[in-house]
Amino acid sequence: MNAHQSLAIGNPIETLEAISPAATEPDAMVRFESISKTYPAYRGKPGVNALQNIDFAIPRGSITGVIGRSGAGKSSLVRLINGLEKPTTGRAIVDGRDISALAGRELRLAQRSIGMIFQHFNLLSSRTAADNIALPLEIAGWSKADIRVRVAELLALVGIADKHDRYPSELSGGQKQRVGIARALATRPSVLLSDEATSALDPQTTRAILDLLANINRELGVTIVLITHEMSVVRQLAKEVVVLDAGHVVESGHVADIFTHPKHPITQSFLAEVVGDSLPVSLASRIVAEPPAGGQAVIRVQVRGAGAGDTVVARLARELGLDVALLSARIDEIGGQHVGSLVLGVPGSEDVQARVLAWLSQYQFSAEHLGYVA
Amino acid sequence: MSPELINLIIQATGESLYMVGIAALLGTAFGLPLGVFLATSRKGELFAAPIVNRVLGAVVNATRSTPFIILVVAIIPFTRLIAGTSIGSTAAIVPLTIASAPFIARLVEAAIREVDGGLIETASSFGASPIQIVLKVLIPEALPGLLLALTLAVVSLLGYSAMVGAVGGGGLGDLGIRYGYQRFMPEMMLAVVVVLIALVQLVQSAGDYLARRVNRRLRHR
Repeated sequence: MNAHQSLAIGNPIETLEAISPAATEPDAMVRFESISKTYPAYRGKPGVNALQNIDFAIPRGSITGVIGRSGAGKSSLVRLINGLEKPTTGRAIVDGRDISALAGRELRLAQRSIGMIFQHFNLLSSRTAADNIALPLEIAGWSKADIRVRVAELLALVGIADKHDRYPSELSGGQKQRVGIARALATRPSVLLSDEATSALDPQTTRAILDLLANINRELGVTIVLITHEMSVVRQLAKEVVVLDAGHVVESGHVADIFTHPKHPITQSFLAEVVGDSLPVSLASRIVAEPPAGGQAVIRVQVRGAGAGDTVVARLARELGLDVALLSARIDEIGGQHVGSLVLGVPGSEDVQARVLAWLSQYQFSAEHLGYVA
Repeated sequence: MSPELINLIIQATGESLYMVGIAALLGTAFGLPLGVFLATSRKGELFAAPIVNRVLGAVVNATRSTPFIILVVAIIPFTRLIAGTSIGSTAAIVPLTIASAPFIARLVEAAIREVDGGLIETASSFGASPIQIVLKVLIPEALPGLLLALTLAVVSLLGYSAMVGAVGGGGLGDLGIRYGYQRFMPEMMLAVVVVLIALVQLVQSAGDYLARRVNRRLRHR
């Protein structure tokens, strides 16, 4: 028996039927099997195909980001995991159980092992922080004494033990989301769903909340599914990523693989949010098509991979004996891989350009010639 | 004013409070669940039953659009069936309850609908049953609104109770009509109006106070 299982059935009151590790794929926490979701036409509004042919697995213990623009189907997808929505066709298997086949009391018991946090926190304004955290425990039928102990643990876990008796109106956004996280973890779930949980927070608070989620994943082994439209969230936290567009999974896999070699335009546009494809305005405005006398050729080099960009400028200068100017550079780290681009200026003759491009392609750098500057 | 007249006022005040108090309790007992149901039974909602919702909504509207004095007279056979008589303060409680329950139901419906739908989804996400959602989320979150609704209902009932003199229900309104109007005693009319104003003021202040107390969580700093 592994750590997740003891967490999943740790509830002392309800004897949730012990779940055997899925015989077929022991490392999948959530599996979507050919899922489609269609909302029927209603009151003159046409029907919507929110999700189509969704087939992928979320590894046990992972932090998986699901990224897409608004309307891509992210919210529908995450709600299939905790049974708030039913697929039109296909199955959603969570911890070895087909959650889409459950209803009523069975579904409610299963939902206790799936926590969820929300963009707008969704705390009860009439309850204190502690009582908000206690709510799922009350619903699960825990005794008052057990609830008190568990709530104190959770408040300490999320770092707001001193806010025990505060009402949500007295808490900051970050503190409210900490209460939300504590509440979602109260019944010791094996999966934590995050629906744009940091979208209403400022960048600093976002960072702190993401750090907290990373700690929870590490220490409790809870599988985390992050729904987001923000590339920075995926970059900071996720190891796996699923890119959704118009109800389809367009790419999925390790964050490093997907973002070092983005194939789909949507994936590329998300990447551009972080590393930026556009040149600085002052440089872009100076680029011309014809080489001016004594000008430089402008070459953009894509940097993808661990440490890839570190020495390229120095090696290029040394091996070809050229003065290489660094006109612009933007490199970031995603999933431990360097991703970005360098814009170089080299002496403007045809001959030099050709040698530089040949040298770059020899070392597997993707490069393009953008024009010339004086 | 003679002591007899003062005694009449005291007695009539007692009758009014009796009728209004019991009718408010019964009206809430019927109106609260009805209002919660109306607020949660449209298509796609917690207790989705769109047809029942529409039928109950129509019944509520019909009751509310019937003038109270006509309602009182129209249901006399029913009143006799329930109270054993159609005359007196106790009998008057029957039409007062029937008039206030739909009114309270609509006010409760409005207060419950004010609760953020995200909270229902949240409670569902950790496996709360519909009944648990009503008892642990909707009613506590709507409590300030519910208290104000109840206050409004009691004030309206005080107004309605003035009309039940028509069927021998007694109370302050009846006293005002019989003595103040029919016997030409303007001082009696004035006294009745003053007592009614004082009662309404008292009820409203109490309601406001309670609503603010439970609501302090929302906005105190």
